[in-house]
Amino acid sequence: MIDESLLSFEEKCTYKLRALYTKYGYLPYKMGKFEEYELYIRNKDFLVSDRVIAFNDTNGKLMALKPDVTLSIIKNGEDAPGVKQKVFYNENVYRVSESTHRFKEIMQTGLECIGDVDIYDICECISLAAESLGAIADDFCIEVSNLDLLRGVISSVCANEEFAAEAIACISEKNRHDLKTVCEKYGVDEDGQEKIGCLVSVYGERKSVIGKLREVFSLPEIERMATLSEMLDNSVFADKIKFDFSVVNDMNYYNGFVFRGFVDGGCRRVLAGGPHDNMMKKMKRTSGAIGFAVYLDRMDDLFRESEKYDVDTLLLYDDETDAAKVASSVRSFVASGSSVSAQKSIPEKLRYKKIADLRKKG
Amino acid sequence: MLNIALPKGRLGEKVYDMFEKAGYDCPSIRENNRKLIFENEKLGIRFFWVKPSDVSIYVERGAADIGVAGKDILIEYKPNVYELLDLRLGKCRMCVAAKKEFRDEDVKVLKVATKFTEIASDYYAGLGRDIDIIKLNGSIELAPILGLSDVIVDIVETGTTLKENNLEVKATILPISARLIANKAAFKFKGAEIEKIAEAMKGQVNND
Repeated sequence: MIDESLLSFEEKCTYKLRALYTKYGYLPYKMGKFEEYELYIRNKDFLVSDRVIAFNDTNGKLMALKPDVTLSIIKNGEDAPGVKQKVFYNENVYRVSESTHRFKEIMQTGLECIGDVDIYDICECISLAAESLGAIADDFCIEVSNLDLLRGVISSVCANEEFAAEAIACISEKNRHDLKTVCEKYGVDEDGQEKIGCLVSVYGERKSVIGKLREVFSLPEIERMATLSEMLDNSVFADKIKFDFSVVNDMNYYNGFVFRGFVDGGCRRVLAGGPHDNMMKKMKRTSGAIGFAVYLDRMDDLFRESEKYDVDTLLLYDDETDAAKVASSVRSFVASGSSVSAQKSIPEKLRYKKIADLRKKG
Repeated sequence: MLNIALPKGRLGEKVYDMFEKAGYDCPSIRENNRKLIFENEKLGIRFFWVKPSDVSIYVERGAADIGVAGKDILIEYKPNVYELLDLRLGKCRMCVAAKKEFRDEDVKVLKVATKFTEIASDYYAGLGRDIDIIKLNGSIELAPILGLSDVIVDIVETGTTLKENNLEVKATILPISARLIANKAAFKFKGAEIEKIAEAMKGQVNND
């Protein structure tokens, strides 16, 4: 039996998530810290940052410390009809920090389903994303968007790539005022403006979003969203999963139902995922893929319970104290269930509840 | 409690007037004292003044749930926030200005002095013009007068400072105004309150 109080926040989460993913048939995926540099150069569009730590191996080959896990899983995965590979991982990756602009080691946890991905897999993946946050936080939400619908609506009102990029930026910011300006700049008529504006103003509870979308559009993608929504109704945290088109995770990498997760009290997303068929195609794979990553490092401050004391008892002894007496005292404290630190002097930074002094007085 | 970051200065005072008229007042903010945080417990809001360029940082990092920042700051620093409303306050333009007699002959690298290095770089990259950016933190207008730069990229409100220094606007890059912004995560959990405030503020926007 594991005493959870001894585990750090990251260890606790890893343990809970491992139990969760295993229950759904995801197998642990372990890999080395290094990968051939060429993999990242060929696929740098898919990386959060194109900067990686590179070095020459002893055989002269240029290697890199992994900045991403998904690329390696896809590269090493089987690509055959009918094969579906479900894995979860818990790996350190090395990326440039957004705040310090220096390299940082980040623990990345997540899962991948690679192969003949269908609507069930999408539903399972989104449900597991919700359950992952449910295992960590009391209040959270998962927001799901549909990039295929987003792309379809945008190109139906104006088939211009620059317009699409500017419109998507506004939608991601829920910025209706600048979206109107962009539409006017590219000559989108009022009906088109109304339609595209709907993608900013309609969000929230899934059924209500579907209803509002049906009033404005008649698109097969909405029925796909309705099917997914009905399937999600049966998931453990159904009420925490909402629709929101401001989720526009990198469109080079993702397609279809992309999603991200937030926890109450956090200031940034703590989970991101979706299908990445575009990446699969670029890597010359015929099958699809869906997955997500949980950013445990972004929640550490939020849920870390700071301990008041490092140890229950500080046991002090000196050169004249009988070592056997020290050992038996330590054993007796441990046997009674309290923690003890045997020291010859009081350590400056150690926080203790009480002192037991074995030193011979004056 | 909803935390609201206001930009210090004249613009911030106008923004607070809007909040007050929209029904989100906090009388203690009008008191002449050195307090930094002002709370209206009944309304569940807390205002605080910060440097205008820091508002987006407070909001992006979640120390403030919402705030008011200039579009110049939002374009320059690209914070990951929602931009909910154009308040149409503090209207001005981001411009390229230079000495009246200056003509860009496009034969040498253009020296550009500015506080807004991203905006200036993006603008000239769009024109395919080779530039040398000189990052300054204030008194930008001095740069072309003393020969430090050929042009400046800066905010122009009335143009009086330019005129008095024999400078003129050569091109307008983009219009600027104050925007109501929200932290993305806060919007998920305090969305109803934030939307209510945004709607009330919308009623105070001068659409002229």
